[in-house]
Amino acid sequence: MSTASSSSWGTALVRISPYTFSAVGIAVSIGVSVLGAAWGIYITGSSLIGAAIKAPRITSKNLISVIFCEAVAIYGVIVAIILQTKLESVPKSQIYAAESLRAGYAIFASGLIVGFANLVCGLCVGIIGSSCALSDAQNSSLFVKILVIEIFGSALGLFGVIVGIIMSAQATWPTKV
Amino acid sequence: MYGFEAMTFNIHGGYLEAIVRGHRAGLLTTADYNNLCQCESLDDIKMHLSATEYGPYLQNEPSPLHTTTIVEKCTLKLVDDYKHMLCQATEPLSTFLEYITYGHMIDNVVLIVTGTLHERDVQELLEKCHPLGMFDSIATLAVAQNMRELYRLVLVDTPLAPYFSECITSEDLDDMNIEIMRNTLYKAYLEDFYKFCQKLGGTTAEIMSDLLAFEADRRAVNITINSIGTELTRDDRRKLYSNFGLLYPYGHEELAVCEDIDQVRAVMEKYPPYQSIFAKLSYGESQMLDKAFYEEEVKRLCLAFEQQFHYAVFFAYMRLREQEIRNLMWISECVAQNQKSRVHDSVVFIF
Repeated sequence: MSTASSSSWGTALVRISPYTFSAVGIAVSIGVSVLGAAWGIYITGSSLIGAAIKAPRITSKNLISVIFCEAVAIYGVIVAIILQTKLESVPKSQIYAAESLRAGYAIFASGLIVGFANLVCGLCVGIIGSSCALSDAQNSSLFVKILVIEIFGSALGLFGVIVGIIMSAQATWPTKV
Repeated sequence: MYGFEAMTFNIHGGYLEAIVRGHRAGLLTTADYNNLCQCESLDDIKMHLSATEYGPYLQNEPSPLHTTTIVEKCTLKLVDDYKHMLCQATEPLSTFLEYITYGHMIDNVVLIVTGTLHERDVQELLEKCHPLGMFDSIATLAVAQNMRELYRLVLVDTPLAPYFSECITSEDLDDMNIEIMRNTLYKAYLEDFYKFCQKLGGTTAEIMSDLLAFEADRRAVNITINSIGTELTRDDRRKLYSNFGLLYPYGHEELAVCEDIDQVRAVMEKYPPYQSIFAKLSYGESQMLDKAFYEEEVKRLCLAFEQQFHYAVFFAYMRLREQEIRNLMWISECVAQNQKSRVHDSVVFIF
């Protein structure tokens, strides 16, 4: 895709302001993470409520599943806050310089990484949490073993946060030339 | 989408699935059955049952107890569970739950029509009906003289209406016709239920197809065995078999021409899942066939609970409870008639 002709798709893409990319990245980071967390919480919560009718002892222990899902939303908030501190203004002449675009793309990608990693993590932990509640209601020795699976599942969100933060750390906007 | 039901099933079905699994945990275990089998009287049975989930239903019954009272109260528990789930369910689960009761409706209709034919009192018949299969105008069934009236007066307003198209004749109702009517209705009901489950798709369709196919095959075998030696022609017999299941269509062709049990056995042994059932019976014996079928059914129903996020658990729970009530009835009858040695002839353990 040559950026030579001024009406090609390539030119159009590089003329989108890096501020737009950064803002969308921050929005995705918090929005999609919260979507994942909410999805996971309702999947776990509905099973937990139903199972707790016949087996009330499971309620307090199984709130851990809900907490793991909630943690996913918190990761999203933390990364969104970090990302928005990375968003700086650059002088007008520098907006479309290569360094600015790089910083904009870095923040965008970081937001995408965190958002989607947390989406699937929240879903994963939610579905496991639902099965955990139902199995715990039948046989209480299963709870701790299924919790280990949930811990592995919630590590997925953490991977996303780590990569996202590393990505955003090198988002340096050009200073005035 | 098959395999991804976990993502959206819990929106409408999560709570009820958890409830039905809680009910399943309350089914009687082998230990309970062993205690019950060693009871000396019906009051002992009541005492043992008071520690299970049937306790609240039996505690106010005065002694001396009858076996029919025990069965009635236990059925009441099943009905309460069912009604609780039905009023909490949304579509399509509510339709699914209603489908489960149409079989009982058919049985009730046949009960009342047969009873009226033998000049029994309508009130007495209504009390014998299964509570899950009651509908509003059921008492009016006693008035009908032939099938066309039956349909026009009563059944056109019930969910059974679409099943009648194949069996409306102007013949008067007599024992033979009523049995044929029962089997024709049940065949239409099973096919309708099967189509509904296929439409639901996903894990529900897969598991329910297996369970309903087994039901259809079992009914085919029972129809064959019961109609050996009667006036039912081969073509009529063929018409009563459902058009799905493992035996369809070649098994049905062979079953239609069977004239005794050994021929039925020869046909069924060609199908691996049923070969194991018939292997348990020695030659010439058919009393244990019912128990063998029940055992196989219970095994498949328990397997339905292995997967999450589908509707077949509701069907499986209802059937397992009914099996449990049959067990309790058998045990109570054995105890009441002092025939405890025969108790294990017909009790199917669920766990």
